[in-house]
Parts: sequence; structure tokens; C-alpha cells
Amino acid sequence: MEKYIFYAFAAILLFSATMVITVRNPVRAALFLVLAFFTSAGIWLMLEAEFLAITLVLVYVGAVMVLFLFVVMMLNVNLTPVQEGFTRYLPLGILVAALITAEMIAVLGASHFGLDIVSAPIAHGANYSNTKELGRLLYTVYVYPFEIASVILTVAIVAAITLTLRRKTSKFQDPGKQVKVRREDRVRLVKMDAVKPKPPAVASEETAS
Amino acid sequence: MTFSIPNIAFALPEMVLLGFGCALLLIVAYVDRAPQGSGFIAYWFSQATFVITGLVIFQGMGGEGGQTFNGGYIKDGLSDILKLAICLINMVVLLYSRHYLQARGLFTGAYYILAVFATLGMLIMVSAYHFLTLYLGLELLSLCLYAIVAMHRDNKIATEAAMKYFILGALASGMLLYGMSIIYGATGSLAIPEVAEAILSGSVNRVVLNFGLVFLVVGIGFKLGAVPFHMWLPDVYDGAPTAMTLFIATAPKIAGFAMIIRLLAEGLGGAHAHWQTLLIILAVLSMVIGNLAAIAQTNIKRMLAYSTISHVGFILLGVLVGTAEGYAAAMFYVLAYVLMTLGGFGMILLMSRAGFEADNITDYQGLGQRYPWFAMMMMILMFSMAGVPPMVGFFAKFAVINAAVDAGLMPIAIVAPKTFQWALSVNALAVLGLGFFPGALLALCTRIFM
Repeated sequence: MEKYIFYAFAAILLFSATMVITVRNPVRAALFLVLAFFTSAGIWLMLEAEFLAITLVLVYVGAVMVLFLFVVMMLNVNLTPVQEGFTRYLPLGILVAALITAEMIAVLGASHFGLDIVSAPIAHGANYSNTKELGRLLYTVYVYPFEIASVILTVAIVAAITLTLRRKTSKFQDPGKQVKVRREDRVRLVKMDAVKPKPPAVASEETAS
Repeated sequence: MTFSIPNIAFALPEMVLLGFGCALLLIVAYVDRAPQGSGFIAYWFSQATFVITGLVIFQGMGGEGGQTFNGGYIKDGLSDILKLAICLINMVVLLYSRHYLQARGLFTGAYYILAVFATLGMLIMVSAYHFLTLYLGLELLSLCLYAIVAMHRDNKIATEAAMKYFILGALASGMLLYGMSIIYGATGSLAIPEVAEAILSGSVNRVVLNFGLVFLVVGIGFKLGAVPFHMWLPDVYDGAPTAMTLFIATAPKIAGFAMIIRLLAEGLGGAHAHWQTLLIILAVLSMVIGNLAAIAQTNIKRMLAYSTISHVGFILLGVLVGTAEGYAAAMFYVLAYVLMTLGGFGMILLMSRAGFEADNITDYQGLGQRYPWFAMMMMILMFSMAGVPPMVGFFAKFAVINAAVDAGLMPIAIVAPKTFQWALSVNALAVLGLGFFPGALLALCTRIFM
């Protein structure tokens, strides 16, 4: 039974992942990505990685993809045209992909990773806390990678701000200056005669120079 | 897996650098509205950061080494020397690039923040003793480099270069990560000493191991720019502003060398025969194509990029020998390469001014008459890159080839000298030279691996 559920999830996952990169409408691509996340969360649940599965749904589907969809819809991105040379390189691409897939099947199949070679992990009882174990490992054995990951996230923020923030060109109000403004700064009264000014003496200037 | 309280003292350089980096982040956030911008303060602060980190590394040099953070971190002779070199090189890089950045309005605090964090990534890579740590250090470094290349936003070529760099870098990371996961499947561990032990015990499935190894080598090839994974390198070097090119072409290569040593020599040393074949292809192709393509270039940055590709070939040549002598020669080569590249791009920075990039080789015509001193320095550097005897480049090439010949790899050793970059020295005339005596450094590199 479990086997068939796995195959069903895997098939949907592969299908939706392929659709993400082939569909031409970005909104549909984002929605297929959501589907891919859901099915991989399902596979993780079957692996007894409940915490990771829920995090994937909450963080990626709930937060990241919603923001993503927001941006895609706000930007009004149109259908992306088929890339030039796509059809030209398609046969070669398919050939390479097929070769790599065949190799992967040969190496990663049951002959090298079968249950008789790699024993199945022990199933844990109902009172086993996945989250607790994860937290324990993350803050003890893997504390150094964990800290580096946090630095990477900091750098990601710094990089994003550096590349998008343009303070020089943005317009903003300065209330202090607004309060300090005087009448003379805004309005200039000019006294002018009601008569027409004389036309400039063009001829005389020319002789002078 | 049991947990032991980590010996934090080993990781003092990283912690100092991280602390100063965070402080710099705060300082830049506060002084950003100052009339002259945050660049001035950020520049001196990051220089001070590198000095202090360098001093901390120097202080701990030669002291007791060992692993900490449950095998995620190692302090040994290799990490000490490379870390010190990274700090020194980055100080010079910042010094060289300052006026270039000022003239182009890029003299902002953000550049220095990213430079400090990139350095942190390099230090983490150099002392990584776990695949996970190594990968995270690499990502930290790469992320900073992508942003540094893209910083000149109004420059379309720089943005395009950053895009190429980002996409191919992500692909390479994916390859590397996939290879690591397969090796985990084969050996049952991600810790480098445990992987090495598992391979030496002979209980590992060779087919699976080789499968992972191929992905690992492809990932390394992409990251270092070895042929046939080199196509991004000239575009990125050419497209990025020269100061950024200087940054990505120098110290990250030292970290890349450390990555090869940790992954292939220390982790997969038992599978040496397998990765040697792969590296031979990469090394020979890189040396030949790098040198030949460099001749045809009219742009000095592209020429130096192709020269980098051929230097990567030499570094791989030293590594693929697989002996202590070979690793020492490769390490000496990478340090000599960084020194020469520093001078080469430094010279381009010197000749560029506001609104003018000295990118073309023809821009250097008549340099000998106007600035005879710099012309001579450039000549020394180019001769060094070509491997002419009294320069450091000769000793580096000599050591690498010597190691290859000693290990009985005669055919490859013959390919290498034939493709010396004579063209490089004929084509160009100018650079900032660094007279260098190789004996002490070579001895140091040798001592680490012996």
C-alpha cells in the first residue's frame, strides 16, 4: 500500500516539476510549484519527517509562494515567448537528459541501494518526537553549520537591499523644511511696467563686435 | 552521535571576522546618510578588520591544531597559512580598488560589508572538515560574489555578467551537492575523515562512489573555471567592474584550492586513481585551451581570464599527482597565481580613471614612454605569468611539473610547458609588479604536506 502511495506522489511531483519549467504562464508555473511542494511534503511524511513536511507546507507554500504569486501578479508578467534556439537544442538536450537518467537508474537502482544492502530505518513509536530530535541535533552537533546558515541569510538580506535600494532617486518630504518655509521662498512679486519693452538693438551690437 | 562541547578557541578568526562584519553592518547603516557617504569609514573599518583577523590567525599559527564543532571544523597548518594569505590578499585588493570605486560612485559601505562576509565564507571553506560546512562556506562566499559583481546596477554588462555568474554558480552548487549526497549514500557519512576511512576500508560500493565523484569533480570544475566548464569565466571577468574582477579573481581561488584539497585529497584520497583520470582531462584541456584562447584576445581582462583558466589547469596538475609534493606544488602555485593576478588587475585599475576603462590591450601602447616604471612592473608580472625564470611564476610551474614528472606522469608534464603563456607577455606591456623570492614560501608549502 505504502509503495503505491509513494509512486503516486512521485509521479505527481515529477509531473508538476516538469510543468513548472515548461508552462509559459508564470502564474501557472508558480501554482505547479505549490503542487510540487505539497507532494514532496507528502513524501517526507511517509519518511516520518513530519516536522520538515509541515515546515515545507507552512514556509514555502504558505509564505514564500504566496509572496511569489503576489509579485508575479503585481508585475503583470506576460507570457514568456519560447526561447530562441529552444527547438534547435531540444534533441541534444533530450539525448543528454536521457543518458543521465539511464545512468542514474543504473547506479541508484535496487542493485546498489536495495533493502538487502541498505537496511530500512527503524520505525519509531508514536511518542517519538521528531521535532525534539531535530532541535537537539541542530543546536548541538550541527551548531556550526546552523550558525553559518544564519550568516548566509543575513548576507542574502544585505545583498537584496544593496541591489534594490536606490536612496538617491527616491522622493521624500522633510517636515522641518516644510515648517520653516517663508512666504518669500514660494512667491516672488515682480513689479513690471505696463509698456511694451523696446526691441533689442540688434544692428548696433553687430557693429560693436 | 554524541555531542561534546566545542573548543571555540580554534574558530577565533572566524568569530572575530563575523563580529567585525556585523559591527560594520551597523556602522554603515548609521553613517550612510553622512555627506561623503559610508565608503570612507567602511573602507578603514574593513581594513582594520582584516588586520585584526590576520593578527588573530598569526597568533594561533603553529599552535596546537585539531578538530572541533563535532568534526565540522579543523585547524591545521594548511588552514592557518591559507587564511593568513586570504586576509593579506584582501587587504591589498581593497587598497587597489579604492580609487576605482570612488571614481565610479561605487565607494559605498555595502561593497565592504559584502567583502568582509565573502572573506568569512573563504575562511569557513578553508577550515571545513565536513561536507556540509564546506558547502555552506562556499554558498556564503558565492552569494557575496554574485552581489559584488551585480553592484554596478546601471552597467548592463555587469548585470549580465552577474546573471551568468549566478545561474552557472547555482548549477555548479547543485552538482556539488548532488555529488556529496551520492557520496553520503556510498559511505554513510558526510564528515571528511569518516568518508576517507570508509573508502580506505574497502567496504564502499565503487560504482556508487564514482558516480558521486563525477558530480563532485564537475562541480569543482565549474566553480574553478576549468575547461570544459570555463565558458562563464571570461564573460564574468570582462563584464564585472575591474575592482570586482580583482576581488573574485584572487582570494576565492585560494578557498577553491582548499576545497579541492579537503574534498579530493583528504576526503576521497582512497579513490585517487578515479579522480586522477578526471582531473587529467580537465588539467590538460584547461592548459591548452586557456593559453590558446588568450592569444586571440584584444581585451586585457578577457586575456587575464583565459590566463586564469590555464593557471587553474596547472593547479589541477599539481593536485592530480596525488603526492605530498604535488599538493605542496599546487599550493605554491595558487599563492603565486594570486600574487600575479593581484598585480595584473591592479595595473588595469591603476591605468583606468573616471569614465575610462583601460580594457583593451591597445590602451597600453606607449606606456613604456609615459610611465617606464609601471611598464617595467607590468613586464615583470607578465613574464612571471608566462613562467620566465627569475620570477615566481617560473618556480610555481617548475614545482608543479617537477611533481608530475616525479610521479611518472610524463606525457602531461610535456603538454604543460609547451603551452606557456608566451603570447601573454608579448601582447601586454604593463602591471604592478611584486618582486618575490620563492624559496621561503615553497618550503612552507612543502612542510604542510610532508
